[in-house]
Amino acid sequence: MNSEMITIRRIVTHVEDIHHEFGPPASQPLRRGAIAAVLANPFAGRYVSEIVPMMDALQPVGIEMAQRLRAAMDVPVERIESYGKGAIVGAAGELEHGALWHVPGGYAMRELLGWKGDRNAYAQGKGSAPSAQPASQPGNALAIVPSTKKVGGPGAALDVPLTHINAAYVRSHFDAMEVRVPGAPAADEIVFILVMSTGARVHARVGGLKAADIAQWNGLR
Amino acid sequence: MAAKIRKLIVEVDETRIEAGRAIDPPTRKALAMAVIENPYAGRFGDNFAENLDELIAIGEELGGLLGDKCVQALGIAPGAAQSYGKAAIVGEAGELEHAAAILHPKLGAPLRKAVEKGAALVPSAKKRGGLGTAIDVPLGHKDAAFVRSHFDAMEARVSDAPRANEIVVAVVVTDSGRPLPRIGGLQASEIKGEDGLR
Repeated sequence: MNSEMITIRRIVTHVEDIHHEFGPPASQPLRRGAIAAVLANPFAGRYVSEIVPMMDALQPVGIEMAQRLRAAMDVPVERIESYGKGAIVGAAGELEHGALWHVPGGYAMRELLGWKGDRNAYAQGKGSAPSAQPASQPGNALAIVPSTKKVGGPGAALDVPLTHINAAYVRSHFDAMEVRVPGAPAADEIVFILVMSTGARVHARVGGLKAADIAQWNGLR
Repeated sequence: MAAKIRKLIVEVDETRIEAGRAIDPPTRKALAMAVIENPYAGRFGDNFAENLDELIAIGEELGGLLGDKCVQALGIAPGAAQSYGKAAIVGEAGELEHAAAILHPKLGAPLRKAVEKGAALVPSAKKRGGLGTAIDVPLGHKDAAFVRSHFDAMEARVSDAPRANEIVVAVVVTDSGRPLPRIGGLQASEIKGEDGLR
C-alpha cells in the first residue's frame, strides 16, 4: 500500500432522478449517480515509468467512493443495474495516469454489487468472467465496467458510459452520464469518477437483449 | 404538485484540501436542481402573459423541495446551514421574467424554513440558456449578508437542460464558508442575525 500517493482534495457527488424525457412519466423515476474524487497527481510534471504502485493505493479510494455513491443514491445495492467509470487527468499529467483507475474503480463497484470473483486475477486482467458457461447466475456484477478517460482542464466534462452490470449487451442499459467538477482538475490533479444507475434509459424502446433475458451469465449476454 | 418536474438533481461538493492545506472539517456545498416545464413558454407577441401566477406558485413549492433536498444531502440539522443562494436558467421559449417569477415572490419563505432561519436576503442569479448552460449561484450567509467569509458561488448546470420550454431551478445550501477565508470583514461569530445584514 502506497498511501502517501493518495491525497484527496475534493469529493463531489451527483444524484439525479429522471421522471421522463417528454414521454410517459416512469412509475418509478430512473436514479443515476456519479461520484468524482479530485486527487493530487503524484506523477504530475514529469515522466515516471513505474506508476503501477498507485493502482494498489487507489483500491481503498475506489471502495470508499463506491460506498459513498451508493449511500448518496439512497437505494439498496440490489437496485443498482448499471455502472461505468472514468478519469480526467489535469494538464501536467498524461492519459496513462487515468488508466490507473481501470482496476481499482471497476473492482470497487463490482465488490460492492456482489461480485464473487478472484481479486488477484482481476488485478491481472483475468478475473472478469468465467471461461466456461455456467448454468446459473454465479454472482453479480459479471460484466466489464465500461470506461473512458481524457486529459482536460478545470471543469472539463467527461461522458462516462454506463452498461448493465451482468451483461454488457443489454441494449436498454446503454447510457452515459456527463460528469464534470467545476474548478478541477488543476494541472497537478486527477479526477477519478464512478457512476451507477438503477435501470434502463427512461424511455428505452429500441429492442435488443433485455435484462430479463440474460441467460449465459458470462458478462456479455 | 404544480411543478411538472422532468429531472431532479442533487450534488454535494466537499473540499478536503485547498492550496495544499487540510480543511477540517471539510467545507461542503449542496446543490439541488429541478428541471421543470415552463407553463408560459412561447407566450410572445399577442400571446404575451401578463400574469405569471403559476410560476410564482411553482417557486413556492420548489423553495421547500429543493431546500429540503440540500439539507438532507448535507446530513445536517436545518439550523446548521450557514449560507444559501438560488438561481434559474430559462429555456429559449421563455423570458427572463419567468425566472424572476419563480425566484423572487415566494421561493424564499419555504427555503428559509428548510434552513430554520434565514434573516438575510437569498442572493440570486438568472439567465436565458440552452442545454448545458452553466449558472454560478451566488452564496451569502443566511442570517447576515455582510459576513465576508461566506461570499461564494457554486456552478450549476444540467447537461440536457433547459430545453426551449423548460426552466432549470437551482438552490444551494452550505454548512460552511470558503475553505481558507482570510480577507477580514464581518465574522460569522460576530453577527446579531436580526436585520439580515450584520
